[in-house]
Amino acid sequence: MFRLTLRNLLARKLRLVMSGLSIVLGVAFLSGVLVFSNGLSTTFDGIIYGSTPDGVVRAKDFAEFDAGYSGTPKNVVTPETIAELEELPEVDRADGDVAGFGMSLLASDGTLVGGTGAPTLAFNYHDGPNMDGGDILELDSGRWPESDQEIVLDTGAAENGEYELGDEVQLLAPYGEIEQTATLVGTAEFNGGGTAGATLLIFSTEGAQRLFLDGKDVFNRVSLTAAEGVSQEELRDAAAEVIPEDLEAVTGDKVADESEAAIGEFLGIIKIFLIVFAAIAVLVGGFIILNTFSILVAQRSRELALMRALGAARDQVTRSVLLEALVLSFLASTIGIGLGLLLSRGLASIFRAIGLDISSAALDLTVGTVVISYVVGVAVTMVAAYLPSRRAGRVAPVAAMRAEAPQAPAPLGRRAAIGGALLLVGAALVAWGVAGAPGPDAIWVGIGGVVWIITVAVISPIIGKPVLVGCRALFSRVFGAPGRLAGENALRDARRTGATASALMIGLALVSTIGVLAASMNKSIDDLVDEEFTADYLVQSVNFVPFSTSVGDDLADVNGVSVLSRQQYVGAKIDGETEFVAANDERFNDIYDLDVVEGTTDVQGAEAFVADEYADELGVGIGDPIELTFPGGKKLELEIVGIVKPSEVTAWVSFPLDQVEQAGLARQDTSISILLEDGADAETVKNDLDDAASDVPIVAVYDKEEFSDSIRDQVNQLLYMIYGLLALAIIIAVFGIVNTLGLSVIERTREVGLLRAIGMSRSRLRRMITLESVAIALLGAVLGLGLGLVVGVSLRETLKEDLSSLALPFTQLVVFLAIAVVVGVLAAVVPSIRASRMNVLEAIAEE
Amino acid sequence: MTSVPHRPPAAARAVDLRKVYGSGQSEVHALAGVTVDLDAGKFTAIMGPSGSGKSTLMHCLAALDTPTSGTIEVDGTGLAGLNDKALTALRRDRIGFVFQAFNLIPTLTAKENILLPLDLAGAKVDQDWFDTVVDAVGLRDRLGHRPSEMSGGQQQRVACARALASKPSIVFADEPTGNLDSTSGAEVLSFLRRSVDEFGQTVVMVTHDAVAASYCDRVIFLADGQVVDEITDPDREQILEHMTALQTRAAG
Ligand SMILES: Nc1ncnc2c1ncn2[C@@H]1O[C@H](COP(=O)(O)OP(=O)(O)OP(=O)(O)O)[C@@H](O)[C@H]1O
Ligand SMILES: [Mg+2]
Repeated sequence: MFRLTLRNLLARKLRLVMSGLSIVLGVAFLSGVLVFSNGLSTTFDGIIYGSTPDGVVRAKDFAEFDAGYSGTPKNVVTPETIAELEELPEVDRADGDVAGFGMSLLASDGTLVGGTGAPTLAFNYHDGPNMDGGDILELDSGRWPESDQEIVLDTGAAENGEYELGDEVQLLAPYGEIEQTATLVGTAEFNGGGTAGATLLIFSTEGAQRLFLDGKDVFNRVSLTAAEGVSQEELRDAAAEVIPEDLEAVTGDKVADESEAAIGEFLGIIKIFLIVFAAIAVLVGGFIILNTFSILVAQRSRELALMRALGAARDQVTRSVLLEALVLSFLASTIGIGLGLLLSRGLASIFRAIGLDISSAALDLTVGTVVISYVVGVAVTMVAAYLPSRRAGRVAPVAAMRAEAPQAPAPLGRRAAIGGALLLVGAALVAWGVAGAPGPDAIWVGIGGVVWIITVAVISPIIGKPVLVGCRALFSRVFGAPGRLAGENALRDARRTGATASALMIGLALVSTIGVLAASMNKSIDDLVDEEFTADYLVQSVNFVPFSTSVGDDLADVNGVSVLSRQQYVGAKIDGETEFVAANDERFNDIYDLDVVEGTTDVQGAEAFVADEYADELGVGIGDPIELTFPGGKKLELEIVGIVKPSEVTAWVSFPLDQVEQAGLARQDTSISILLEDGADAETVKNDLDDAASDVPIVAVYDKEEFSDSIRDQVNQLLYMIYGLLALAIIIAVFGIVNTLGLSVIERTREVGLLRAIGMSRSRLRRMITLESVAIALLGAVLGLGLGLVVGVSLRETLKEDLSSLALPFTQLVVFLAIAVVVGVLAAVVPSIRASRMNVLEAIAEE
Repeated sequence: MTSVPHRPPAAARAVDLRKVYGSGQSEVHALAGVTVDLDAGKFTAIMGPSGSGKSTLMHCLAALDTPTSGTIEVDGTGLAGLNDKALTALRRDRIGFVFQAFNLIPTLTAKENILLPLDLAGAKVDQDWFDTVVDAVGLRDRLGHRPSEMSGGQQQRVACARALASKPSIVFADEPTGNLDSTSGAEVLSFLRRSVDEFGQTVVMVTHDAVAASYCDRVIFLADGQVVDEITDPDREQILEHMTALQTRAAG
């Protein structure tokens, strides 16, 4: 039996390749994603562990604030403390660290280096080792900075900025004097290679102190190296004895864990995101395998019947089909894993483009990846082949004696009933979600949507019929007899057409769901900007990092500016959670008219106003105090004097700008709002503002339209990435159509021969097959886009708070419908050429 | 065979037709120089032992296959040098077919099957002619049925109706009754006979069956790829005699 199975596989090489292809692609995507995810972890682990010392002394609560957006703490470690630490017997050495956030590197041509993606890290150089005793940084060229006018860049940044050793590097400081320069004396990388896309600005200790600590001889942090034989814990405990009250000592492991947790969340999102798409690809591949095996079994039913007649047992036949699937899935998974390795490099280059640099050295197959890929590839194939194999076993021996292949598809009644019930279940879930089920509503709608998609895939032969009948009518009107026949062919085996279309349907359902959400989001942004952003101009940095207050000073001088209001967003811990809070100057209220529920937005001194939702969450009201803990450990206790409706123009908690200094943070601006003077010429003022801000490339002046565009751009960037990933599912679906058509053409060899004999020309034959393909693709598109529309609208309903306006992407839907037609035409190319090349006589003689 | 009287007009004509399959050792001369005129308005049978080249001859005459050498004319048109497009058009417009089995497109109804060649040609349906043909095959009440809902005999009659629907110059039938019982076979044969008598159609039929051949005006006998015998206006006994003679000769 095994020999026969292998023989079967080899005898149908083309079918083998075709049905294997969907497995190959699905597994390739999966293993590519896994390899890439591993690479991400490896890269960041290497950097985190390679750059963390045995122990750290830092400001209390510092760890909660990891990125620069939250503001730079001003509290400090003195050289005396460091000297004391160094004297401890447990301490081998203690090195003072100075870190600054919000500094940007300009290329030699004045443009921004690093852009939006990964962070720019600025710090002082010292040669304290990491927890494994190795160097934290490795010099690539030149030397380390010595004077306070020197800088070392990471090798990638030096290249991107087109700087050579000895060049003056242009920098933008986050506060104080904006434009700074330093001489490039070397290039370096993290030990272990690369920076994962981050830009490193490495100064001498004096240089960093000058830039970030007003030139005082103090530090933000101390890196501790344990003496021989001292554990991290012992080191921490010893250090804790001698440091002042407002500092804390922690082990290197804890610091590394904190960094991992902070980055892990972000990496986790990327990984889950990718794995979802891999799952979709595998699911689509499974459908195609199911379909292919169904067709193969149907075509071989006479042969199978003959085997049964000759004495093969029912489960022998079943097993032979499963064995075929096993061999196929194993081969295909092997190829898929290899292809996945290539794909992971593709993914890496996509992510590199958005600033996350994973070195290709980290992209390697692990045992885990290989095992998972094989298991998934083989399991999905076996599950998909199970039903067809059962059907194969049920072929009656007498079928061997019948002239025609048995064509008695079981009625679809049961399928329709179960499908109908499942659709209702999906509808109930969606309705429940929309009506406000417990937990996140969107999840319920999501689950309902998935139930719908799978159900529609299963009952597509039934609900797709009107679409196919429509295609038949349209085609026969436009294309005559070949069109008519194409329509009939698409309708003749509804299961086959349905299953083939379903693969495409899944991809397009997701595309249109996302399309609805994206369109709604764009519209919501427009509406929101129109409604809430009452300023004429907004000034923000490209990536919302804070910038120097001198920008605002320059802008205020521009003729035609009547009101200029500054805001600084900082991170603060409230009730144990980190939130962004907004410090607004007194002119904020001249520009923005918030919807006040109670009290006032006119805050003075230690007062704050809070969004109603957030006040409810905290259980506070007017007159209650609210405590904010800032990076560096300073606390502010503010009295709530106003409750407002949530607004995008400020944070959940807003307080006066002059409190920022009190919070121990450096004054910077995050956002500046500007009103025009009456009668001022908008265009001239805009030009002048642009000019005034042009020294600082990270800062841009937006009018309303530009502002919504800039937000939309980010949304659309994500949208295109999602479309790109879904394209893979669609490509797999195209292979599914090619496969089905190819197999159908082989099955209908005699019919094709007959048509040719009675006068159908080659080109019409090709057109007939192309039209059948288009009918399948259109079926998939109509079902998918329709379903996606419904799911998208329902999801939007549950996300009303963020997506206040609903928009339907009609143009996009039309485009996708057109793409489906193109997909259909492309999928038919090979099968139709094969059919038209068929020799008429041989086709007629075919048994 | 050299003195075949010239009886124009011939609906189809072959001159010194040769068809060689394979090469060297395995060379098969399926047709070894066949010259034959098939008269218009006549019902001609081609008979001969299995492997004698009957189907090959018919396929060549019907522009389904190209001969190794020799010339063919159908309805005054030489087939030599015609490209696939022209051959397709010729088959569609001037030739009708009935095969032994699998004559109909399973997705189309009887009516649609009958009209398919006209559809493909984009020609207008001559309703009178269509009615005539349909009534002649006696399938008026079956027009909406699909092939799977019809008996083998009915299917063959639909195939005959299709072959005639486009008023071809010549109809080729390769063992059209081979799969049928004698009653159904008789229905098909009498229809072909009527189409010759009443509509002046030209029909050429390959058959192994003496009874079937006895419906014809003329029987041509093939053996080893050559025309070896022929009789006109035969009856069953005559045909059987000739067949036996042929077999003895082949055996001896
Ligand atoms: N495609 C082919 N390749 C090789 N040889 C062929 C091919 N087609 C036919 N032949 C050979 O040509 C000869 C004539 O075949 P043909 O089919 O014309 O016979 P036939 O008279 O129709 O026989 P039957 O009564 O069995 O249908 C046979 O010897 C056959 O083996
Ligand atoms: Mg034959």
